Amino acid sequence: MKTATLNRLTPYIFMAPAALIMIIALLYPLGYMIYGSFRAWDPSQTLSETEFVGLKNYISLLNDPNFHESLAVTLKFAFVVVSIEMVLGVGLALLLDRNIRGMSILRTLFILPMMIAPVVVGLMWRYMYHPTVGTFNRFLKSIGLDGVDWLGQHALMSVIIADIWQWTPFIFILSLAALQSLPSSALEASRIDGATGWQQIWHIKLPLMMPVLIVTCLLRLIDAFKVLEVILVMTEGGPGLSTEILALRISRTATEFRELGTAAAMSNYLLILLMLLTASMFAYTKFQEARAARLAAHAKEDD
Amino acid sequence: MPEIVFDKVEKSFGSVKVLPPIDLTLADGEFTVLVGPSGCGKSTTLRILAGLESLSGGEIYFDGTPISRLEPKERDIAMVFQDYALYPHMNIAQNMSFALRLAKAPKAEIDEKVQRVGKMLGIAHLLNRKPAELSGGQRQRVAMGRALVRDAGTFLFDEPLSNLDAKLRGKMRTELAEMRDSIDKNMVYVTHDQVEAMTLGDRIVVMKDGIIQQQGTPEELFKSPVNQFVAGFIGSPPMNFLEGELIEEKGKLWIRGEGFLVPIAKDAQSRLQDASDRKVIAGIRPSSFTTDPTIGAPIDLQVIVSEYLGALSVLATKCGENEVLVEVPSASPIPSGAAHTFGINTEDLMIFDRASGVRL
Repeated sequence: MKTATLNRLTPYIFMAPAALIMIIALLYPLGYMIYGSFRAWDPSQTLSETEFVGLKNYISLLNDPNFHESLAVTLKFAFVVVSIEMVLGVGLALLLDRNIRGMSILRTLFILPMMIAPVVVGLMWRYMYHPTVGTFNRFLKSIGLDGVDWLGQHALMSVIIADIWQWTPFIFILSLAALQSLPSSALEASRIDGATGWQQIWHIKLPLMMPVLIVTCLLRLIDAFKVLEVILVMTEGGPGLSTEILALRISRTATEFRELGTAAAMSNYLLILLMLLTASMFAYTKFQEARAARLAAHAKEDD
Repeated sequence: MPEIVFDKVEKSFGSVKVLPPIDLTLADGEFTVLVGPSGCGKSTTLRILAGLESLSGGEIYFDGTPISRLEPKERDIAMVFQDYALYPHMNIAQNMSFALRLAKAPKAEIDEKVQRVGKMLGIAHLLNRKPAELSGGQRQRVAMGRALVRDAGTFLFDEPLSNLDAKLRGKMRTELAEMRDSIDKNMVYVTHDQVEAMTLGDRIVVMKDGIIQQQGTPEELFKSPVNQFVAGFIGSPPMNFLEGELIEEKGKLWIRGEGFLVPIAKDAQSRLQDASDRKVIAGIRPSSFTTDPTIGAPIDLQVIVSEYLGALSVLATKCGENEVLVEVPSASPIPSGAAHTFGINTEDLMIFDRASGVRL
């Protein structure tokens, strides 16, 4: 082989092992799932024994009221938790972005929930929500009020509260980092210009934090669509289908109903949803970069 | 436009004392320059005046009213920052009008002011751009414009030209000087560049280690510095300092050092007669030398390098082991490497106490 050809191939040869591992680790399971979603697939069969059914799994899902319900619960859960977490997280960050003694301890305390394993969080809240011995109802009874059926009638609200408790810190910590990297002189200039604390937040801080906030929000949405353990431990999707989010429905379809093909098709629907969100996040980042480059080019012209 | 009085103003950051108590009066309508090397407390003084930094003791008065507890916006000030501090997400017009919009000024008035100041600074065609789309010099003008539309009583400048290249800095300095004459406001300007201080200031306050060394007009500081620090800081090229001793010979006072013996000028004789310590430092400005040794007192110098600057040349020379800068007209060239006898105008000679640096 000629040296030039060899030189050209060298980078690819070096990358090949890594690429191979990527393909095996990522693409093979993905392909397996996509392939399986087009087949009537029972867990007792190997995939090659199964029958090809075309789009049947996908189409029957579109007509399945339980799937609709599960999708609705997932969307409701994701948008409600992320909206509230954004408001609380950003609000806390704005509140705690100051150098007072003890603030660093407070900040550390605030991010503790995020460090706890989801299964533990689920168990913790399940006990606190317990109708008779749970913390909340015992407190309500001690002040003479009736107990609340936390994990029954209000199950969705209860899991939403637990998720907010666990994930607000994530938004808090990223917002705080964004706040602390804002140009301090612009903030000082706004004080000289006469901005009050609120006006500073509204006109300077929030607009400047926006790129970070948008990415944070998308990351949290992606995560919220995939939530499983906390809800599995707390309610197992019940009562009825009231907290059966998509990830839970997928796992039940595969294990309880033994319909692997349908579960795979459902996973692919979720995958499409998540890919859309991820794509919009990357598109936004690209847009920001392109914008910065365009502005800088403009500045050069005039220099 | 208030008269601004600093009354024993102090500032400490933790246990570090940045400003010992300072007293300072900024007269109404004056352009005051605070100048000194970095870390001398000039920026802290300005930031305390702006209200961006709290003071640890003392009080500031605007026309007799204490203001140290007031928020920056209540002090009727506008400020230009070293890094311009523009709002990156607003366009130029929005940047310049932010304060007026917060103050709920009528829209027509805001537009008129932004247009007028924009034209004055030559940035009217950039009003729709974002700060990131501007060059350094343009951003500097916007920062200036943002302060000017404010119509405040006092304008503060925190090293506004230090991020510009030399050519642009010179140009902006000239424009600032023009602006100073057309705007009758209090202006307080912080810089570490003595040329800026000399060209812009009605009055210059020289600071070092938080202490005010001297204040006065540019001419006063140049002609009668109170100590060695001010003498060395003001003037370019800087003053030469040579260690020496006062001696009495032939009924006159002389200063003698390594490689020179120069008589003290007549009017300084009686003043220096009583100097308790005879160990002193002689200060001679580069411009106090002549190439003709018959004028003034002669001094032998070894020319090392000659820097041609157009009409003038600066010679780096040696007097014994000490380096001495000499400024001479380029018309009478002295070759590098040659020894030459120069004349010193003894009237210009300044004598400082060697231990304290105080001018004698």
